[in-house]
Order: sequence, then structure tokens, then C-alpha cells
Amino acid sequence: MIKIKGIAASGGIGIGAAYCVGKEEFIVPRLKITHEEISREIYRLEEALIETRREISSLQKKIGDELGFDHAKIFEAHLLVLEDRVLIEDIIQQIKSKRVNVEHAFSQSVQKYIDTLLKLDDEYLRERVIDIEDVSRRVLRKFLKKKEQPLIGEIKEKVIIVAHDLSPSDAAVLPKDNILGFITEVGGWTSHTAIIARSLGIPAVVGVVGATTSIKPEDKLIIDGIAGIVIVHPSEKTVKDYQHKVSRQEKEGKAIHVSRVLKPRTLDKKEFIIAANLELPEELSLVYDYGAQGVGLYRTEYLFLSRQDFPSEEEQYKAYSTVAKKVKPNPVIIRTMDIGGDKFLSQPQMPAEVKPFLGWRAIRFCLARPDIFKEQLRAILRASSEGNVKIMFPMISGLEELREAKKLLEDCRKELRKAGTKFDEDMDIGTMIEVPSAALMADLLARESDFFSIGTNDLIQYALAVDRGNEKVAYLYEPGHPAVLRLIKNVIDSAHANGIWVGMCGEMSGDPMFAFLLVGLELDEFSMPPPMVPRIKELIRNVSFFDARRAAIAALALPTAKDVESFLQEELRRVLKDDFERIMMPK
Amino acid sequence: MEKIEQDITVSNPHGLHVRSAGLFVQIANKYDSSVRMGRAGEEVEGKSIMELLTLGVNKGATVHLIVEGVDAEEAFRELKEYLEKGND
Repeated sequence: MIKIKGIAASGGIGIGAAYCVGKEEFIVPRLKITHEEISREIYRLEEALIETRREISSLQKKIGDELGFDHAKIFEAHLLVLEDRVLIEDIIQQIKSKRVNVEHAFSQSVQKYIDTLLKLDDEYLRERVIDIEDVSRRVLRKFLKKKEQPLIGEIKEKVIIVAHDLSPSDAAVLPKDNILGFITEVGGWTSHTAIIARSLGIPAVVGVVGATTSIKPEDKLIIDGIAGIVIVHPSEKTVKDYQHKVSRQEKEGKAIHVSRVLKPRTLDKKEFIIAANLELPEELSLVYDYGAQGVGLYRTEYLFLSRQDFPSEEEQYKAYSTVAKKVKPNPVIIRTMDIGGDKFLSQPQMPAEVKPFLGWRAIRFCLARPDIFKEQLRAILRASSEGNVKIMFPMISGLEELREAKKLLEDCRKELRKAGTKFDEDMDIGTMIEVPSAALMADLLARESDFFSIGTNDLIQYALAVDRGNEKVAYLYEPGHPAVLRLIKNVIDSAHANGIWVGMCGEMSGDPMFAFLLVGLELDEFSMPPPMVPRIKELIRNVSFFDARRAAIAALALPTAKDVESFLQEELRRVLKDDFERIMMPK
Repeated sequence: MEKIEQDITVSNPHGLHVRSAGLFVQIANKYDSSVRMGRAGEEVEGKSIMELLTLGVNKGATVHLIVEGVDAEEAFRELKEYLEKGND
């Protein structure tokens, strides 16, 4: 039995067999070639190396931006493997002397090195074989014209996924019904895997150093997403203890079932709305299971990821109208694609950027590519004929962008009217507030919007200039920072002054401590991953608006995030009394 | 043409693993001089990350560094400093 500690990223317990991602096997054919074919094989080698080089460079940029420069350094070494003169000479020599095809020569040469490395005394150095294999797989894929993804997606039994890291594209193809847990080597609480896991209600432990080397396929595992622990080959007693915990979890699940029909209403009868964030139409059942009142954020970009082309208007229409139909009579807020940033398309039109979070993403990309954007707008408009669809534009930084987006929407309306296609003429148009400039000029944006939704993840990152994926500075990512709270208050007050409602779809609204504060600031709608809904509902039902209001006003006068947090904790302990532990503690 | 060779004790925290071997190669590539590294009877090309890895240089190992060429002096100094001090 081995216990490995990681970062608790999504609560819950999973017991099952390991499914290791990234151990892709290749069948490399050995073919005889003629003397004339030698130069062709050498050309294929060069071509594959250049393509792989390009792939690694863009991955390096991506990881660097997401997880910090440190994580990206390893790719420098990967690139050096591709340029290794000794290796390349050896491959060419084999092609010439043995008259074999390039993929065979390549895998033979690399294997020679791997065999030598595996014989080394030093365990740490031995484990580095993984890097050589990683590069080698990339090159082999080029020869064999194999796509990189999906490695997962064909899982037929219930497993715990063990991977170095999961990209947003990996996550998009996950067969969630068969996943008992996620274990990744990199990442933190706000990494993509963590967010996906929480939204799917699947336990996850991230930042587990050496997970892919110390865990082998089929290994029996226990993943404890609350303690952030992974147990490999657990003893029978440990398994029993955990099974006991699981059955207790299930009991709590039944309590959730009861709370489903209850309204999020404070003790003094002020009502709020709790909606769910949705990434994949497959998660729709969760919206209902956890008792969310509709979808506060439907992230459409997942339709666009892990594919080479753009989904057609028809395909999009089908996805959007399916969601709208299922959520009825509750509303669904469809956010137009937020691509760029940490979500990269496989399409060649998307160039790699040095600072993607400040770059060509979301509405900026859409306005630059009206051909692509209008397909989505038409699809959303057509789905709006269901009557419960609202649209929302992400990353708005000023009025021009909002106006331009609305103009394109109007163009689409005209086209549809002309074609006699049905749509909702009164569909609400919302602005997502996630750029500090938008938060500061919320009064001006409110006049031209039907509603706001505050995206706190990005708002905090931009307001505090903190890359939340960078472990070195992640401690500065503080939702309770006075600057963040002031921005939020300004957005809510400006919205109400202009007679529009305001929601929040960032992680902050799913945190009970901040939810209390937000009740006090009179946020109208809270949108969060479905599994978090019952707890926030429970919180709202156990506090009074009066107490929350007073606490919020006092909290906004405090000088640091730490002061704000400890003050809110204290207030909640006082207000919730015996219910405090139950509502605040479980993750 | 100048040739410098010397035994050096490696004090990089993990010896020459993938990343540190990569940095070594990057330094070596800046120079025209040829670089070779020997250990326990083996001698390999110092500008090849794959070859360097096969030496299995762990922390505290002694390697024989051979630099030969027009800029050998400078190259040797920088490579030696890297192996002795390390920077990761």
C-alpha cells in the first residue's frame, strides 16, 4: 500500500482500477526499401521532425501560459531530442545500410537509447525515459499519420483516470459515466482538470508528483478528493473504511434529492436564483439532479474543441436547441464561444500567442471572424424559438465591442426573418463582465444590456494581474481582495440602477463564504457547477438577507482579503450556529 | 586549435537528467568547439542530449570533459561552471 499526497481538487471518493492515459502503443511496420527510395525516406524524416517541432513549440507556449514557465522548460529538452545530430545520423545510417523504412529505423534507434537508459542505476534518471518516449510517440504519430487525440473516450468500464495532465480537449471527450476519479501530475485547484472534475462531480486529486510512473494500468486505487490523497494497492481494511465513507456520501446524496425542490430563499424571504454552469450537453441531467434553476452559463466552446473544422450552423443549432428543450421552462444563457486563452482550437486558423489571455480570444476572435461568428449567432437565434434562451457575449472590454456584436446579431435576425425562420424576437442579450474595464464602466454597459453575468475567474486574474495557473503566484489570486469586491459591488449597483439583473458564473458564487457576501450585495443569480448547487441553496436558506447585508457592508470596508475572509467566517459561524460545520466544511 | 580536458564533479541536484542535459547541450551548441564527455570508460558526443543521458550522470558523479576548438577556453569555462554549480 502506497499513499501519495496531491492537491485536493474535487471532493468525493473513488475506488477502482487505474486507467493510465498517455501510454499509446504503436505498431511500426518494417519494410524493405530500394536504393532509389532512400532519399524519400530521409525526406519523410525531416518532414516529421519539423512537424513535431512545431507541435512541441506550441504545446510549450500553451503549458507556459497555463502552468507557468517552469513547467514549460522540459519542452526545451524535448526539442533538443528532435535536433540531436547523433540520433538523426544513426537513423539515416540505418535507412541507408539496412534499406528499411524511416519509421522502423527511427523506432529502432530510439529504442536503443531507451534500453540503455533503463539499465541505469539512478532511478530518477531511469524515469526520464518518459520524456524520450513522449517525443518519440509524437514523431511516430507523424509517420503513421495518427492523430494525437483522443487517448481517452473509448473507456468501457468504470476506471480512475491517471494522466500527466488533461487538456480541455481531453476533457471534452471524456466518457464521464465511466470515470470514478481523476489523478494528474500537474495542476492546482483552478487547473482545467480540477474545474472539469468539479463540474462533473467526479473526485480529483491533482499535482500528484510521479503519478504516471508509480501507478500502472489496472492498479487498484483509492482516490480521496477531500483529503487530496491517492492510495495505490490499498489494504483490505483501508478499502473497507473507504467503502463506509462512500455509503455515507450516498446518504448525503439522498438529502440533496430532497433539497432539489426547495427554493433558494433567505430566512427573511428574499429569493435568489441558483443556476448551473454547463459545458457539455451530457451534463444536463446534473442540472436537474442537483436542483439548479436552469443554466446560467452554457459554455459553447466545447463544441469547437478537439476537432479540425468548425461545427456547422446546423450542428450547433441541434446542440443548443437540445439544451433549451431540456431546461425548459427554466432559462438557459448561451455564451458565445470563448476560444483562445486556455482553450485552444485544433484549427490551423488559431495562431499560438505569447499571452493568450490578453490576446485574440472570445469576442475579439468572433468580431474578427464574422463568418464563423454569424453561424453561431444564427444557430442560437434559431434555438431561441424555444422561448427560454438568452445570449451572452464574453470578454467585452468596452461599448464598441458590445455594439458590434449586437449589430452582427441584428444582421442575423434580418437574414432569418427574410428566410422566414422562427426565432425569439425578444431574446435577452447579456454582457459578461470579466474585464476590469467593463466592471468599471458597468453603468454605461448596463444601458445597452438586458443583463450582466460576472465571470469572476477572469475578472480576478485580470484585476490582480495574476495567472492562476502559475503556482508561484497563485497565492495572489484572492477572490476576497478589496479591489475585486469593489468591482463586483460596482457592477451589481450599476446594473440595478439601470433596471437590469446581474448574475455570477465564476467559481466565487459556488463558495459558501462568498455566496453569503454576494447575498448581501444583492446578486440576483448564482451560477455554478451543478454539484455545488445544494450547498449554496442550503446556505441561502439558513441566513437572513438582513445579516448578509450588514456583513457585506462591513466586509467591503476591510483592508485585505485575509481580513475579509476571517470576518466572513466569523459572521457565518455566528449566524449559522450549529449548522456552520455542516454547510461550510464539506467539500 | 586548443584542447582542454579535465575531470569534473557534477553537483547539479539531479545530475544530468533530461532538463539539465538539455541545458548543457544548449550551452555547448553556442560554441564552435567540439565537446565530448566521458564517464566510466564511455565517451560520448557532448552536443547530443540522447548520448549524454546514456552516461547516467547522477549527482556527485565525476565526468571527464573534453573541449577542442577555436573557442575551447571559453566553452570549457562555461560548461564546467554549469556542471559544478548547476542552475535548476
